Amino acid sequence: MDQALLQVTNLSVAFKNEKVVDAINFEVYPAETFALVGESGSGKSITALSVLRLLPAAAHFSATDIKLQNESLLTITESNFCKIRGRRIAFIFQDPMSSLNPVMTIGDQIAEVIQIHFNLSKTEIKNTVFELLRQVEMPVSERRINEYPHQLSGGQRQRVMIAIALAGKPDLLIADEPTTALDVTIQAQILILLKSIQAQTGMALWLISHDLALVSNMADRIAVMQNGKIVETNTTQLFFKQAKHPYSLSLLAALPSMQSCVDKTVEPVEEQETCLLKVENFKVYYPIRKGFFKRIVDHVKAVDDVSFNLYSAKTLALVGESGCGKTTLGKGLLRLIPHTAGRVLLNNIELTALRGSAVGKMCSEIQIVFQDPFAAMNPRMLVGEIIEEGIKSLHPEINIEQRQQRVRHLLQQVELPETAVLRYPHEFSGGQRQRICIARALAVEPKLIVCDEPTSALDVSVQAQIIKLFKNLQQEHDLSYLFITHDLAVVAEIADDVAVMYQGKIVEMGKVEQVLMRPKHQYTRKLLDAVPVV
Amino acid sequence: MVVLWTDALIFILLSILVTFSLSVRKKAHLQRPIKKIVTSKTAMISLLVLVFFVAIGLLDSIHFKSSETRTHEIISLLDYWATPIREQSEKTYSAPFSAYSYSKETLYLANGSTQWGYPRLTFAGSHLKNPEAELLFDVAKKALSGFCKGAGLVIFLSLLLRYFFNKKDMSLTHKQTIRSVWLVCFFLFAISYMLVELSSFYHVLGTDKVGEDVFFQAIKSIRTGLVIGSLTTMIMLPLAITFGIMAGFFRGWVDDIIQYIYTTLNSIPGVLLIAASILMVQVYMTNHAEDFNSLIIRSDMRLLFLCLILGVTSWTGLCRMLRAETLKLREMEYVQAAQALGVKRVVILSRHILPNVMHIVLISVVLDFSALVLAEAVLSYINIGVDPTTYSWGNMINGARLEMARDPIVWWSLLASFIFMFSLVLAANLFADSVRNAFDPRRTEEKR
Repeated sequence: MDQALLQVTNLSVAFKNEKVVDAINFEVYPAETFALVGESGSGKSITALSVLRLLPAAAHFSATDIKLQNESLLTITESNFCKIRGRRIAFIFQDPMSSLNPVMTIGDQIAEVIQIHFNLSKTEIKNTVFELLRQVEMPVSERRINEYPHQLSGGQRQRVMIAIALAGKPDLLIADEPTTALDVTIQAQILILLKSIQAQTGMALWLISHDLALVSNMADRIAVMQNGKIVETNTTQLFFKQAKHPYSLSLLAALPSMQSCVDKTVEPVEEQETCLLKVENFKVYYPIRKGFFKRIVDHVKAVDDVSFNLYSAKTLALVGESGCGKTTLGKGLLRLIPHTAGRVLLNNIELTALRGSAVGKMCSEIQIVFQDPFAAMNPRMLVGEIIEEGIKSLHPEINIEQRQQRVRHLLQQVELPETAVLRYPHEFSGGQRQRICIARALAVEPKLIVCDEPTSALDVSVQAQIIKLFKNLQQEHDLSYLFITHDLAVVAEIADDVAVMYQGKIVEMGKVEQVLMRPKHQYTRKLLDAVPVV
Repeated sequence: MVVLWTDALIFILLSILVTFSLSVRKKAHLQRPIKKIVTSKTAMISLLVLVFFVAIGLLDSIHFKSSETRTHEIISLLDYWATPIREQSEKTYSAPFSAYSYSKETLYLANGSTQWGYPRLTFAGSHLKNPEAELLFDVAKKALSGFCKGAGLVIFLSLLLRYFFNKKDMSLTHKQTIRSVWLVCFFLFAISYMLVELSSFYHVLGTDKVGEDVFFQAIKSIRTGLVIGSLTTMIMLPLAITFGIMAGFFRGWVDDIIQYIYTTLNSIPGVLLIAASILMVQVYMTNHAEDFNSLIIRSDMRLLFLCLILGVTSWTGLCRMLRAETLKLREMEYVQAAQALGVKRVVILSRHILPNVMHIVLISVVLDFSALVLAEAVLSYINIGVDPTTYSWGNMINGARLEMARDPIVWWSLLASFIFMFSLVLAANLFADSVRNAFDPRRTEEKR
């Protein structure tokens, strides 16, 4: 092999007494794509930041050597290091919204990097900006340059971020989870773009990701990180054929696969499928108000004329990209968002016609589990209080002892220790918190749980556990799920039926195997194509 | 026994606080934050200083009709105990620990001739024959004896306590905290005892223009400061919290109305409203002279109305902040989860929203506390603050305006009010900070 572009020897980072990165060694070679894979908290972002000397002040950093083409980065003064950041090593962050300055036009933000690193005249800078935007395949125009970040879509923002990174003509581009905040179809576009730019410029790409499937399509070499240590490094081909380390194997095993829906034992159904939830012509419109008297001039059709049936003890997955109205639909069913028109029938009782105290009763029939387990619980309430809140409000007749017994029983069901009752939510990990949220929903013995992306904020291995928990609970309690997600692989694992939503409408609906394997609508096909597959 | 309006309110407030803290002690999950406060050095020391101030304020809030003086004026317990200092007033300014007046006048000497010079003070240092030679030694001697007496008292008390509550199973940090609390206690009491001892012979912080003891004024001002700080907050808080949270949570027309109210209130200059209401009270008191027959009742009424009007004009800032925070919180998923569980709106407000905005309330209350004490000073400047006969730091600072321009300068009034105000506000700030830290569950975790 040629000489390494970046060579890191014996790098350690610690916060107080806790080692986040523990004596790791790796190299990145010119023009290759190197992927650092690991679950959240494994120290992959910290590794990248420590190479660029961007660590928070509380971190203790030590390394035998960090070399960029024979030059040791450890001995360079801070003022000289500024000439390396952005010029020779560039960085793309995860969230394009928060890494762009909202009060600067995108043209200025790209030009800023060029001004710092190259000595060019104004017109030359402008031409370079145009060229960069063309390189990241943005429709170039005078107007676009003068736009602000909020006027762009998520994908376009990430393109601008890439343009800023490319402005310094770097030898090494570090991309820290560059597509996690984006939809699948956009993710596919951005990855293709990164690949083609790499081919054009011959720079090295250091990709940091938690997504093994994505990495398998992109990287030449893969390093797996666990608890601050690199446990395995190998070329991509060899890694997926014969991973050695048990952790890598467990990661691979936890990957949800699209194939899983095929081998599902197709039970002889149809005979006693009872319809639990019937949704007819459901609509949620947001009025657009204009003028002095706030007249309603138009509507945003978030959910536009949706009808479907959900059978008891079955799972219906609602699939779509962000902004397609799937979350609005879920919240609309729970009446957290007022609906505009349509009927919702649960066991032949029309929920949409309920008024007053009858609404409370409905609450015990449908419950919801949210996406972000960090925001879904009041940080100032104890776990016990959180779980018993629903019982208190819907069944005030139950006395304290019975209630506490029920809480303990619920914790058992979601596989948490009973001692959790007197602890606060922040003391638990993401997966454990999601279990608490599920326990809270189960507390009022619902028939239907709306799951709003319950696994998308979790690591792969935890995700697999939670899905297993969902399945077990379904069998025990005859629960039905309305499973809202953008992740088709998860759908394959859990769903019986699938409905694909696009711009507020359901474009395709059917049995899971049929939709995923033999899609009819072209949007479904597009979605399926964009999913990275190992 | 005479109960003034502000006295009654102070004692009601105190009893609410005591019952609240007693009820908090019983809750199992609150043991940890309480323990954290108890073991924190800063928290306990600042609490000690606060308690010291509040105790003085309370002593000053128990009023009765004095039987000794001819006029049967209403005095407080503190006044009663400080009678010597209260009544030993000089003619005009005198510097701290001085036996001479601060301004020259014609002196009639024993031989009948006159001389232009500094006269001896009537009370301070009158026991000395030759002040120039004896003063320093006498002050040092009296200070030392006072300090020793105070120190002896504290040591006696601590030994007594140790005898009764001998706990050995304490953590090291707890022990350290207790040690430093005792140390602060020791100095606090010893120095106060020393000052009390000294002030029966000297004016420790000098005298003001009409010869009143400045140390006594500063002590008396503690009550005024506490009343303005706490009563105003008690009026302001319910308004700010209910309106702010309601506006943020219900949005729509409720939000519109509340916003209109506070925008309107904010656009009227506060000084104008305060001046108007103070004048109203003055007129009312003149028309009902028979109900306000004593100077102290009149000034108390004025103080109460000042608190009231300050409270009514100052809730808008906090209200706006709470509205913004609630707007953010109501979109949180736990609030929606509670809605999905059929929890009543009032319960959501009190259980999910209120605890999560409490840190803002606590911070702004403590910051407002110092701002209010200062506001009182500014209002005194244009004569619409507390009654000129009420002792307050504001009045002292206001007086200092002229004293600072005088040559030679009179600095002790300003310094005295500054020191007292500074220590009160600092103690309140530090204590509120530790309370906020202790009750934030996320923070407790970090520190462990």
